[in-house]
Amino acid sequence: MFRAKVIIKRRPSILDPQGKAVEKGALHLGLTNIRNTRIGKYIEFDVLSENREEAEKEVNEYCNKLLANPIMEDYEFTLEEVK
Amino acid sequence: MKPKFGVVVFPGSNCDHDAYYVIRKILGHDVTFLWHKENTLDDVNVIILPGGFSYGDYLRTGAIARFSPIMNSVIDFANKGGIVIGICNGFQILLEAGLLPGVMLRNISLQFVCKDVYLSTENRNTLFTSEIPLERKSIKIPVAHGEGNYFASDDVLKSLQDNNQIVFRYSDSKGQVSDDVNPNGSLMNIAGIINKQGNVLGMMPHPERACDPVLNKTDGQFIFKSIINYLTN
Repeated sequence: MFRAKVIIKRRPSILDPQGKAVEKGALHLGLTNIRNTRIGKYIEFDVLSENREEAEKEVNEYCNKLLANPIMEDYEFTLEEVK
Repeated sequence: MKPKFGVVVFPGSNCDHDAYYVIRKILGHDVTFLWHKENTLDDVNVIILPGGFSYGDYLRTGAIARFSPIMNSVIDFANKGGIVIGICNGFQILLEAGLLPGVMLRNISLQFVCKDVYLSTENRNTLFTSEIPLERKSIKIPVAHGEGNYFASDDVLKSLQDNNQIVFRYSDSKGQVSDDVNPNGSLMNIAGIINKQGNVLGMMPHPERACDPVLNKTDGQFIFKSIINYLTN
């Protein structure tokens, strides 16, 4: 079995109004050095497979078809074997 | 052909009954609900994907509804030329399903926007817009959404323009399109688009909420009447 940890980020060309709004909060906190706040998603799950290659294939399909929308998001992931 | 509408009901749909009510009670046509777990479409010839918050808008709006059993049949139906109209969340589902191009981002204001807006009809030569009177510079229909900020790549946008696929744009009452009347930050003030074949329309404003005369606004009827006329004539 593998533990997958996926990070989904908005593509750099896509505006992130949420990140901008949150960054305003940072200013109000007095944190004046914060820039370029971008908000993404972190998703983790198990893949019931003994074969790393097969697990990777499945994670890619999950990400491409459902977890991320390739028009506006990029994803990256790690796979850790769980004994 | 006698029109028969099907309104798909997803968990979290909340404009399904409004659409049903308008078709049956206001316009007097046949309509049925289609449950998301089914995969048959009865014998409907128009499918409405209604507004709401299917699957709680989890992950991305429309992302999970797109994989409902009924959606395979809807995609098949659309690909064969069947008439599909996606309203608000229904539009978002059409985008996720790839029946229309582009994505919806969070409103630029980050606020849920719920108000009447004016739309300029950019393409009257569709089966969804033929009944909008030529002399009407705008129609008044409400929006209610948090993620209606339409985005697409430059290529897609150009192809939408080249093929006359932009059907509605946010405007003022005189039909003038400008940033001032853009409620959500949509590219080019896009409020509704159609597929290349012309049988699938997605729009963020809610025509079903502007049909009953008791609400003192009925411009939404133009859209449903266009579909009905197309099928009956």
